[in-house]
Amino acid sequence: MSNFSVTTPSKRQKWVAGILVTLYALITLMPLVWIIMTGFKSSADSIAYPPKVIFSPSLEGYVNLFTSQTRLTSEQVATTPPPATWYDKLVRSHQMVIVGPSRFGQRFLNSVIIGFGSTFLSVSLGTLAAYAFSRFKVPIKEDLLFFILSTRMMPPIAAAIPIFLMFRELGLSDTKLGMILLYTGVNLSLAVWLLKGFIDEIPFEYEEAALIDGYTRFQAFYKVVLPQAATGIASTAIFCLIFAWNEYAFAVLLTSGNAQTAPPFIPTIIGFGGLDWPAVAAGTTIFLLPIMIFTILLRKHLLRGITFGAVRK
Amino acid sequence: MSSSPMECAAKVTPRPLANSIRGLSDRGIAWLFVAPTIFLLLAINIFPLIWTIYLSFTNFRANRIGREVKFIGLRNYERILSDPDIWQTMQATAHFLLWTLFFQVLIGFTLAWLINRKFKGNDMWTTIIVLPMMLSPAVVGNFWKFLYHPQTGLFNYVVQFFTGVDSSSFSMIGDVSLAPWAIVIVDTWMWTPFVMLICLAGLRSIPDYLYEAASVDRASKWRQFWTITIPMVLPFLMLAVLFRGIENFKMFDLVVQLTGGGPGSITELTSINLKREAFEKWRTGYASAYAVILFVTVFGLASIYVKALNKVKER
Repeated sequence: MSNFSVTTPSKRQKWVAGILVTLYALITLMPLVWIIMTGFKSSADSIAYPPKVIFSPSLEGYVNLFTSQTRLTSEQVATTPPPATWYDKLVRSHQMVIVGPSRFGQRFLNSVIIGFGSTFLSVSLGTLAAYAFSRFKVPIKEDLLFFILSTRMMPPIAAAIPIFLMFRELGLSDTKLGMILLYTGVNLSLAVWLLKGFIDEIPFEYEEAALIDGYTRFQAFYKVVLPQAATGIASTAIFCLIFAWNEYAFAVLLTSGNAQTAPPFIPTIIGFGGLDWPAVAAGTTIFLLPIMIFTILLRKHLLRGITFGAVRK
Repeated sequence: MSSSPMECAAKVTPRPLANSIRGLSDRGIAWLFVAPTIFLLLAINIFPLIWTIYLSFTNFRANRIGREVKFIGLRNYERILSDPDIWQTMQATAHFLLWTLFFQVLIGFTLAWLINRKFKGNDMWTTIIVLPMMLSPAVVGNFWKFLYHPQTGLFNYVVQFFTGVDSSSFSMIGDVSLAPWAIVIVDTWMWTPFVMLICLAGLRSIPDYLYEAASVDRASKWRQFWTITIPMVLPFLMLAVLFRGIENFKMFDLVVQLTGGGPGSITELTSINLKREAFEKWRTGYASAYAVILFVTVFGLASIYVKALNKVKER
């Protein structure tokens, strides 16, 4: 029968489509592969002409990313003890010496704390609110989608003006708590919307049965509804995490030393004599790789968040 | 609606039991659950909006705290609307917006259509194509600056390889005529997958029997494409355009890292311009009025668009 089906594409069609899509995917991949490769190049190789596809790998970029260094004069070279570790040796070959860790580790840690903190908060508050919106009559329910859309219309820079002033008044400027609360506020409306969709799909009969068995509302909520909504909660969490992880505009305006995250920091990594591209590429790789792996592992669950929950499967 | 089974259960059971079913009153739980969310949304979304509107009528400057704040009515708005520089940034934004939407819709739909041929391995390639849109726009903008480098950048080298144009003879982010296209290219690379995913969902929602019926009627493939595929995908495509349109109207992070608004102010989109006014020149009141104008513009355009979208859906 399938031979006569009008909706199954022919073999030739599949081949042509496959080749074209593969070609596009490879073009898409090229910049990403290039930046990962650059992280393993030496400074000279990173700006070689023509661009080097085959090169001898070096960890110089990664060492430069994580350490701060200073240049030695020739007399100082004679007096300092010989390098002890492989990274000391690598740095010393450029007449430099490691004086301590760089700020990258701290910035990366800030990204982790703020990312996970705000995700945890948005998902917990979001689940409670979504449950209430899904199961009870709450007056503002009907306006929710409209509300989400309209908060997303405000350019982040515009929203940053009053938030900058508010944080200054409350002493939240350049604190991790401030950033966690801010990202939670930004993510929350979307989280509630996505979660409400997931909870709506859980049949009410389950809870009803639990209530008749003598559970209280709270027990029914966390013993019946929460386990059922776990997948939905997880995919909402990934979506919130990606937003907080990637956010730049608020981070660059509202943080500086203490709570700065990685996105505003990475472009400012400079070595001696201009931008140290291998180090920038190394930082970019470390920062982007978790998200790439997440995307590949969790591709099925991400779709709903990406399409704003507007496209229901 | 959803609470009606509960209500029924409560009605038919005797009083004391009804109370235990309800536990804490439903209304109480509802408010308890919703309250923290409402509070945060008010604090982070609504309150700042109201404050911005208030500031837009004043001459407040955030870097001069002690100074007296004067109420100056509509002066800020008058100044903005008569400023030629602002119209220039609006033009840059319009150029960016229209071309990115054009390319993303064209490529995104084509890709979705091809992927829907369900060839072997389409899942894997789809995931790879989706990768760029998950990444941090600021970091992406920063590393594309490296790819666009005139002498050593990969992009210029690839252009030279395929067209023979000397790679050091042009600079994507340094030349006034090329910079607006440089940002369009990166945004298209990054966000085409979004349009593709939504189109794909649209294509997959078309029931097979429509095509079968059309074949029975001897409609050509070409005709089927225009009378079934396109009209069925159109609402999805329009939704994708709405989301991308809103996002690109407020574009900041990618472009500020890639070109910083330059060369000159040729790629200075409204958000970048707004950032200069608010956080470099510290004209807070003026910038607030600017923000309100931008918000009203997007809001107005989006409302009109949603009306059109609903009409398409009804058909």
